[in-house]
Amino acid sequence: MATIGLAEEEGPFANEIEARQGLMVYRAINIGTLAAMAKGEAEYDAAKAATAANALLASANLDVSMLWPPGSDNAANPDSTASAAIWADGSDIGAKAGAFKAAAEAMAAAAGTDLASLQGAMGDLGGSCGGCHKAFRVPTN
Amino acid sequence: MRRIFRATLVFALIAAAGGWWLSAPSRLPASALDGISGNATRGEKIFWAGGCASCHADPDAEGDDKLKLAGGQRFPSPFGTFIAPNISPDPENGVGGWSALDLANAMTRGTSPEGEHYYPVFPYTSYIKASLQDVADLHAFLMTLPPVATPSAPHEVSFPFNIRRSLFGWKFLYLKSDWVLAGDLTPEEERGRYLVEALGHCGECHTPRTALGGMDRGRWLSGGPVPAGQGRFPNITPAKLTWSAEEIAEYLKSGFTPDFDSAGGHMALVVENMAHLSPEDRAAIAAYLQKVPPVE
Ligand code: HEC
Ligand code: HEC
Ligand code: HEC
Repeated sequence: MATIGLAEEEGPFANEIEARQGLMVYRAINIGTLAAMAKGEAEYDAAKAATAANALLASANLDVSMLWPPGSDNAANPDSTASAAIWADGSDIGAKAGAFKAAAEAMAAAAGTDLASLQGAMGDLGGSCGGCHKAFRVPTN
Repeated sequence: MRRIFRATLVFALIAAAGGWWLSAPSRLPASALDGISGNATRGEKIFWAGGCASCHADPDAEGDDKLKLAGGQRFPSPFGTFIAPNISPDPENGVGGWSALDLANAMTRGTSPEGEHYYPVFPYTSYIKASLQDVADLHAFLMTLPPVATPSAPHEVSFPFNIRRSLFGWKFLYLKSDWVLAGDLTPEEERGRYLVEALGHCGECHTPRTALGGMDRGRWLSGGPVPAGQGRFPNITPAKLTWSAEEIAEYLKSGFTPDFDSAGGHMALVVENMAHLSPEDRAAIAAYLQKVPPVE
């Protein structure tokens, strides 16, 4: 993954790939904040939890269609871990994105309430990230 | 044409290595399970540790649908496409009529009730290390699952690989029951070794293959290309997997890496299985992974 900036970009769709990966890392940072509280590794802080949950929901509501041009998969550019299945006939990537959005809405309603509510919303939210990755990413290490 | 010739050559080599005339499948003695009775409750843990649903259920199945073992999942390989059979307890289309010994011969010897060799895409090269008590428990559990009436589809494998007898030589070379990680281990590491090397069959994906398609034990768990697919299986020896034991155990439970990326592809299915294990078993797997020799 290129992390240095636009000048270092290479390969087809390099900017789109970098932008969507950045958006994913943004999600990872925010779910990390929530998970640390859920597991008791960090103290529950209602304001911080609400900020993280709202950031996740905002990311779910962004129009990201321009970041996923057809053909911008791992076969075209090895910097991406996106699978060609995203664009294949019968792809249910929209449903997977919808499941993430629904889980992010539930978390946004729960996170600032109390720790138990946050913990209750955690499973669906984490599962919605994993559900899409299971279907639509290829392993590259 | 040249490809066909090469394939035939490999086949001839395999047959020669094993001795075509000798290729009577190996089986357990008929008395192997005497005095062992299966317990379905314990068998459920073995089922998840062994990852049977990842291949024999629909990969998109969730919840109880993972217990419908109708088969149908396709496994492309350089030798053709293998299709997972129905292993639900349906007497016509599945394994409803099988004894625990039949299952033990299939899982630990790669041999069918009719005496034919299975293809190693069914990971019996790992399950050979499973205890017969665990196999009997698993048999008891499988028989409690819903029967599904879908017939098994034939494999799409061409000559000469469609000749099951040719697998004898392969088994002779690669069907090994000794541990890869030998030496002094703590009880926790031994438990982890059992879960990784036997039931979890982690090496089947994470260990690179030799030219004939066997696991290269000298480069155990060091990763390699995905056969006939995109991407690579990661190296999970300590040379590359530098996470703490707690972080490894968490990944196996939730799929989240220390950076909150989450497992994709086939590993997501493995995580769905590992989530059913006890925290002690996941910790044991982590302890074992930290003990295997680092391979760059
Ligand atoms: C609708 C599908 C979908 C959802 C939902 C989703 N992801 Fe992703 N994610 C992807 C795809 C596809 C990629 C690969 C992008 C690429 O490399 O081009 C990816 C990549 C990533 C990466 C790696 C980025 C990099 O640097 O390469 C992280 C981290 C990640 N996702 C975290 C998350 C988290 C956390 C969530 C949930 C809060 C989430 N994702 C939800 C599809 C999804
Ligand atoms: C990596 C995928 C994979 C996993 C994991 C796997 N199997 Fe299979 N299994 C297969 C394939 C493919 C075959 C067909 C082999 C052949 O025809 O030679 C098979 C064959 C079988 C058969 C023989 C069925 C018949 O009709 O002869 C049985 C029984 C079986 N598997 C049980 C299991 C059990 C129990 C587990 C879990 C402990 C398991 N399998 C895990 C892929 C898998
Ligand atoms: C069917 C193939 C398969 C099997 C079996 C399998 N893995 Fe994996 N594993 C993968 C793939 C593919 C990835 C990469 C996932 C990704 O990129 O999101 C992976 C990733 C991992 C990782 C994370 C490595 C990293 O650096 O991100 C660990 C740890 C791991 N596997 C451990 C195990 C263990 C332990 C087992 C046995 C219980 C196992 N795997 C069995 C395919 C498999």
